Amino acid sequence: MKAVITVTGRDTVGIIAEVSTLCARADANILEITQSVLSEYFAMIMLVDIDRLNMPFSDFSDAMAALGKSRALDIRAVHEEIYEAMHRI
Amino acid sequence: MLNTQDILETIQMIREENLDIRTITLGISLFDCVSDDVGRLCDRIYDKITKTAERLVPVGQEIEKDYGIPIVNKRVSVTPVSLIGGSASPDGYVQIAKTLQRAADAVGINFIGGFSALVQKGMTKGAENLISVIPEALAETRLVCSSVNVASTKAGINMDAIRKMGAAIKRAAYLTREENSIACAKLVVFANVPEDNPFMAGAFHGMGEPETVINVGVSGPGVVSSAIARAGDCDLSALSELIKRTAFKITRVGQLVASEASRRLGIPFGIIDLSLAPTPAIGDSVAHILENMGLESCGAHGTTAALAMLNDAVKKGGVMASGHVGGLSGAFIPVSEDAGMIAATERGALSIEKLEAMTAVCSVGLDMIAVPGDTSEEVLCGVIADEISIGVANTKTTAVRLIPAYGKQIGDSVDFGGLLGTAPIMPLRPYSPARFIGRGGRIPAPIHSLKN
Repeated sequence: MKAVITVTGRDTVGIIAEVSTLCARADANILEITQSVLSEYFAMIMLVDIDRLNMPFSDFSDAMAALGKSRALDIRAVHEEIYEAMHRI
Repeated sequence: MLNTQDILETIQMIREENLDIRTITLGISLFDCVSDDVGRLCDRIYDKITKTAERLVPVGQEIEKDYGIPIVNKRVSVTPVSLIGGSASPDGYVQIAKTLQRAADAVGINFIGGFSALVQKGMTKGAENLISVIPEALAETRLVCSSVNVASTKAGINMDAIRKMGAAIKRAAYLTREENSIACAKLVVFANVPEDNPFMAGAFHGMGEPETVINVGVSGPGVVSSAIARAGDCDLSALSELIKRTAFKITRVGQLVASEASRRLGIPFGIIDLSLAPTPAIGDSVAHILENMGLESCGAHGTTAALAMLNDAVKKGGVMASGHVGGLSGAFIPVSEDAGMIAATERGALSIEKLEAMTAVCSVGLDMIAVPGDTSEEVLCGVIADEISIGVANTKTTAVRLIPAYGKQIGDSVDFGGLLGTAPIMPLRPYSPARFIGRGGRIPAPIHSLKN
């Protein structure tokens, strides 16, 4: 199963490292990263494999949300299917 | 990998445009609870609901987390109580309502619907007993919702039932006079009621439904409204396409949530209700969609046309996104629950007559409208009869949820809090329909009901 982590907000030094560290701690394997910076607005999207996650997914997404809050960013980790459902026929 | 723009669009819908799933409603048949002893009936009802719905709220919360989408309500609908109450006395029916409340508390749901009766052609003893205590049942419970179907295109209009409902609404308002007559917000009078509607206060688990079923109501006025605002000055064909595409996306999320809820609970999926259900939150208003389409205010001439197009486009977009569509499916126009409707009413742009016309082209009816507390029963019955006639003549669902707010006059408003919102008191016509209503009997089914 895959999850999509999105980080949006103002560009912050070291944010990818911090998100990646959280993934490593949770045994979420990073499959793909894309990022774009438009003036100061930053959007990073990370696809991770959560088959071997060592914690409940809700704890993982809470940890991501908390990291976002502490950096004044919006960080969300959700199952990939919601995006597929909405944008693919 | 998924397209970045698509992902960001979804996040914007959830974060800034109030996209949510309005409700997961678990329908439960209570036919196997039937007993000639009310105490035993209540015990069985309590056991069945608490056992069947035990995991509804935690599973709903789990899905919210997994997909990052809020699921605002988790609800239960049950078999119309008049069908299983049978020989219960009026007091017995109140006892059943209190049992539903206890069961709702035990499983932590937001509402429970089904204190209902279907009396379009006439009343059984059970239906009569239930209707006689609707005001008490609603005043003595918090989460129980009640609905009565008084008409259908096939059966015509039961005017005797409408008379009883006018009286029930007045008494419900009086019994909860200390709380802005809130019992009336939990009571709906229907024509052509759908039996798989997940939305309150009209939800119940119909006779042709399976033992248990998951029905999901989507929402998303804010998403549609923002999309229209971004579209600028395109023509109405383009606007209709845009609404269809947006409704498709919203509904796909509803379908995903419904399938997951069904899988995780081991309960069959019933339908998606394709509805634009507003909330009093800023940016979650159906009236604002109409205004973004180009009306100075909701209620302006042109409102009915704009709403008809919106309603049709939502259905066309949504129907392709879901395996089974049902319930009410269309735009809702509850006055107190929609910031734009409240504002339009306060500026004098929206009258009850305009709302009545709007209900001919959208999903429900005169919904969450507060009227003066001294409105007579006959006038309430007249409003109900008019609205119900629109449903019967047009082979569609219509409904009435009026609040004759005790002690309130034109110029006042009533605040129900939460999703129920705030309702400015709307004027009704002062002329009496008493002699017409007093005739009683049934208005025959329209000629076009004879389709066989």
